[in-house]
Amino acid sequence: MISADRPRRSSESSTDRFACGAARWPTSTIRSLRGRLPWCAVLRLRRDLLDAVLAHARADHPDEACGILAGPVGSDTPHRHVPMTNAERSPTFYRFDPSEQLRVWREMDDRDEVPLVIYHSHTATEPYPSRTDIALASDPEAHYLLVSTRSAAEEVRCYRVVDGAVEEETVVVLDGDR
Amino acid sequence: MPIEVRIPTILRPYTGGEKVVAGAGDTIAALLDDLDSRHPGLKDRLVDDGALRRFVNVYLNDEDVRFLGGVDTALADGDTVTVLPAVAGG
Repeated sequence: MISADRPRRSSESSTDRFACGAARWPTSTIRSLRGRLPWCAVLRLRRDLLDAVLAHARADHPDEACGILAGPVGSDTPHRHVPMTNAERSPTFYRFDPSEQLRVWREMDDRDEVPLVIYHSHTATEPYPSRTDIALASDPEAHYLLVSTRSAAEEVRCYRVVDGAVEEETVVVLDGDR
Repeated sequence: MPIEVRIPTILRPYTGGEKVVAGAGDTIAALLDDLDSRHPGLKDRLVDDGALRRFVNVYLNDEDVRFLGGVDTALADGDTVTVLPAVAGG
């Protein structure tokens, strides 16, 4: 994690090192800024989890697919893919099935997990939050991951949505053992 | 016995950060009135014009109250009510 007391030397290697000299700032400041400043915001995502999301989106196309990536409380790295039923079964809208949502949320509680990533697909447009996405985003602590199935290309982007403000995050895909 | 009400993160500012609060009432509507007397503003986030807001899920034990009686759903001592914001978008 970030050292509160000293700057990191450039020779130190750490996957958690922030760019832009942010490591010179007090930890509390970085925590409060994290997720608000695009250059401080990163989602680290295992390749197999991303592949599972992309496969789900392709399978449900032309309807929007949705789901979560759960991770341990206190961590910021998801470890479990949970595809959810889009109760709307629509190419332009999604909503988690409410009964399934309760069951999955309880399961996460039992496992000491939180929904670190909430994902859905756009089927005809770029993976950028729509006005509806922004208006209905209810978890300021979640990474909102969007994928597009409008073409064969792999299009993945990630955002925080806090009080109607959208901040894009960098997606770092962790391949293999990294 | 009171009714246990589970509050989602986004609404915990209304409950002083508490994840679970206790309330009383014969129906969901009465329960929400009771909660609002101690946690002002909470009810307004859940109901609009007397009906549950569209993007809020309220469950009585394991059931979505939309499939029961909405805000008129009857409650009994020992019930658990869970509130979850809908996860939705376009």
